[in-house]
Amino acid sequence: MARQKKGFLTRYKDMLLSPSSVAMGLILGIGFVAGIVFWGGFNTGLEITNTEEFCIGCHEMENNVYQEYKSTIHYSNRSGVRATCPDCHVPKDWTHKIVRKIQASQEVWGKLTGYINTREKFVEHRKEMALREWQRMKESDSRECRNCHDFEYMDFSEQGKRSVKMHSTALASGEKTCIDCHKGIAHELPDMEGVEGWH
Amino acid sequence: MKNLKSLVLVGWAVALTASMQVSAEIGGVQSLRGAEELDSNNAAEEMKRIPRDRATFERDYLHQPPLIPHQVRGYQVDLNSNKCLSCHSWTNYKTSGATKVSLTHFDTRDGQQLSDVSPRRYFCMQCHVPQADAKPLVDNSFKSVDALSAD
Repeated sequence: MARQKKGFLTRYKDMLLSPSSVAMGLILGIGFVAGIVFWGGFNTGLEITNTEEFCIGCHEMENNVYQEYKSTIHYSNRSGVRATCPDCHVPKDWTHKIVRKIQASQEVWGKLTGYINTREKFVEHRKEMALREWQRMKESDSRECRNCHDFEYMDFSEQGKRSVKMHSTALASGEKTCIDCHKGIAHELPDMEGVEGWH
Repeated sequence: MKNLKSLVLVGWAVALTASMQVSAEIGGVQSLRGAEELDSNNAAEEMKRIPRDRATFERDYLHQPPLIPHQVRGYQVDLNSNKCLSCHSWTNYKTSGATKVSLTHFDTRDGQQLSDVSPRRYFCMQCHVPQADAKPLVDNSFKSVDALSAD
């Protein structure tokens, strides 16, 4: 009876100051489950955006870069191992992936505003987009290439003469990275004027 | 009357198929195509491979465009870029160890020398081609001129 005389705020304060152990467990439990659901959901959502189906869900990607990509060695080859869009364009480890995904929000804006929604616009902007991607790969020492192509395991006896010459010198010394030479291996090149080593 | 009409029709059909058969025959003549009848297809040749890297080819005649001794899959040569020149150009041949483009490629057809590869010589693979590991289809008794022949 005495407890009922207390005011609403006091009762609330009491409840907060001395929660029953069940309530405590309940809160922690709900928090734990919610955490799993949200974190899992977030990562699952992230993974969905990390598939080729998602990438070519937009005509900008499907009609331009994807069509060009289909005849290249990373799509069709003797062993049937292939790379999908995110294998090269999205970092594998979580930290770098999140950074890249946040940067990609700019690309969502590009999609909404129709930045490259026609072939003409795409071709017009191809160089600036290519330069940005090459820059990104250069800065990360071609991290996404190296997810599969590890210099440590290159067998020079299996490589062509021209490959050995470059890989055993410039690549081995770290003077050059993959993307310095291997531009345009998966997509058509833009006007290469002013790009180092190109004509 | 009706019987006659259908008889004529059947006769027509028979004549038509017979004539079609005649036109599809090669009359026993063999050609490069073999002895296969015209209305059937030859078995496809096996795909030829281009070896990855090999020694440079000797020229067979003066002014022969040197052959490409390596694979060129996916090499883009167009208005935007020229993959060949990223190794064979005068600026890049030293680092790449490739043969440099001949000086003649800088000339226009009027003999005027340009500072870079002339547009008429820009599309390398119009003249320079890689070689598959294919055997000659017919015998060939061609001999190079003395200056180029090995013996």
